[in-house]
Amino acid sequence: MQALYAQLLVGLINGSFYALLSLGLAVIFGMLNIINFAHGALYMMGAFVAYFLLNLGGINYWWALLLAPIIVGIFGMILERTMLQWLTGLDHLYGLLLTFGIALIVQGVFQNYFGSSGLPYAIPDQLKGGMNLGFMFLPVYRGWVVIFSLVVCLATWFLIEKTRLGAYLRAATENPTLVRAFGINVPRMITLTYGLGVGLAALAGVLSAPINQVRPLMGADLIIVVFAVVVIGGMGSIMGSIITGFALGVIEGLTKYFYPEASNTVVFVLMVLVLLVKPTGLTGRAA
Amino acid sequence: MAETATADAPAKATSGGNILQVRNLEAWYGESHILHGINFDVNAGEVVTLLGRNGAGKTTTLKSIMGIIGKRAGSIKFNDQEIIRATSDKIARMGIAFCPEERGIFSSLDVRENLLLPPVVRPGGLPLDQIFDLFPNLKERLTSQGTKLSGGEQQMLAIARILRTGASFLMLDEPTEGLAPVIIQQIGHTISRLKKEGFTILLVEQNFRFASTVADRYYVVEHGKIIDGFSNAELAANMDKLHTYLGV
Repeated sequence: MQALYAQLLVGLINGSFYALLSLGLAVIFGMLNIINFAHGALYMMGAFVAYFLLNLGGINYWWALLLAPIIVGIFGMILERTMLQWLTGLDHLYGLLLTFGIALIVQGVFQNYFGSSGLPYAIPDQLKGGMNLGFMFLPVYRGWVVIFSLVVCLATWFLIEKTRLGAYLRAATENPTLVRAFGINVPRMITLTYGLGVGLAALAGVLSAPINQVRPLMGADLIIVVFAVVVIGGMGSIMGSIITGFALGVIEGLTKYFYPEASNTVVFVLMVLVLLVKPTGLTGRAA
Repeated sequence: MAETATADAPAKATSGGNILQVRNLEAWYGESHILHGINFDVNAGEVVTLLGRNGAGKTTTLKSIMGIIGKRAGSIKFNDQEIIRATSDKIARMGIAFCPEERGIFSSLDVRENLLLPPVVRPGGLPLDQIFDLFPNLKERLTSQGTKLSGGEQQMLAIARILRTGASFLMLDEPTEGLAPVIIQQIGHTISRLKKEGFTILLVEQNFRFASTVADRYYVVEHGKIIDGFSNAELAANMDKLHTYLGV
């Protein structure tokens, strides 16, 4: 039983990263119509920025949680202003190729300087140790990651679905021309949206640094699964990405317990099944 | 042909000064040249209607004024300011509001969000209680999904949401299209009331009978040009010509 709970926890943690990343991808796709293949590289940058802040600036984990998403988000907004914005109206393929190229360059640069092995990032003192829950032992940091991710995901959902700013975002996703004709600076909104999606990826990177170490290819490994998550959940839905992210993490964890050989492929098998039955994804709207 | 009337067609101001001045307006959709030199004026407080057959360029004229058409040339002056190069968000901020033919109600927003979406661009917009006074149906359906409303209600919502913003120049593209007579009548009353409130309205209509109940002046658009214009008083005298223009 202990092992089952442990795998469930691992599943929830992976699910947290899937949710944060697929949420950002969904927001970016909705607004920019771009499948952001650079997402994994930007997640990695989030972890590296936290690492630099700590080792070069002595700035701790808590500040990194705030600063890394802002710094990487600004980097993302520069990418959007200088490159992505020119792809408006072109086929998805161009955005996919461009962001894939950006990912390769960013990862290549980091690999050049830091190799492929991981750099350590210590768990902050306040989150060290563990708790005995009776039925299992819970490392505090892992519990923190799950709860914090959930809070961030729900806050993002609230921002988009329940606020005035979110209404602009949803409306501009449907009909950017008309929203602009109401007097809203849509190009600036698009830049900020990309910054938001990228910031969420960087935040996931910071959260993962103490668990998975800081590696140049940490995002490349993860992003493939995240894209499967997005396909299963459907591109258009915010809550859909969150629920699918966590659910698939848990399903992966359960598979690790019941049939470990399939744990790396179960997400892709599900993706194939969903594509066969409902090509727009479980919660997706037809494009 | 009547094209000699193009230049300043009927420049008789019925009230107020020139608020909109369109000169030699040309516009393109991609490679196709749609407007070939449109000239007309709208005076403050007027209801002006653009008439013409399908594809004549009426909607394109409105979209060009709003800054939505990418490629345009000539001159559009709003309150003496040149806006031919301005982006649509800047144009909206100057006080021009647009209600598109397809209504543009957002399906991912509820009625309240749709209503409150356009930002207030200047003071003087209608307060919400006055808007609900004009369109009581909307008040009862605030939490419905925008596109779950009936066609008539969607049209009312599309008009209602631009009344709050303080824009005093409204462009309505075929507000009566596809609606039941009783709803058309209600929209007619609304337009008359808005005129009394001091709004200036540029209307595109196929429904000539409806237009004649609200308009002060008419321009006829054909092949991307204004080919004629007359006031409501001159309407009876121009009826025969108009039937020829519109092919009705």
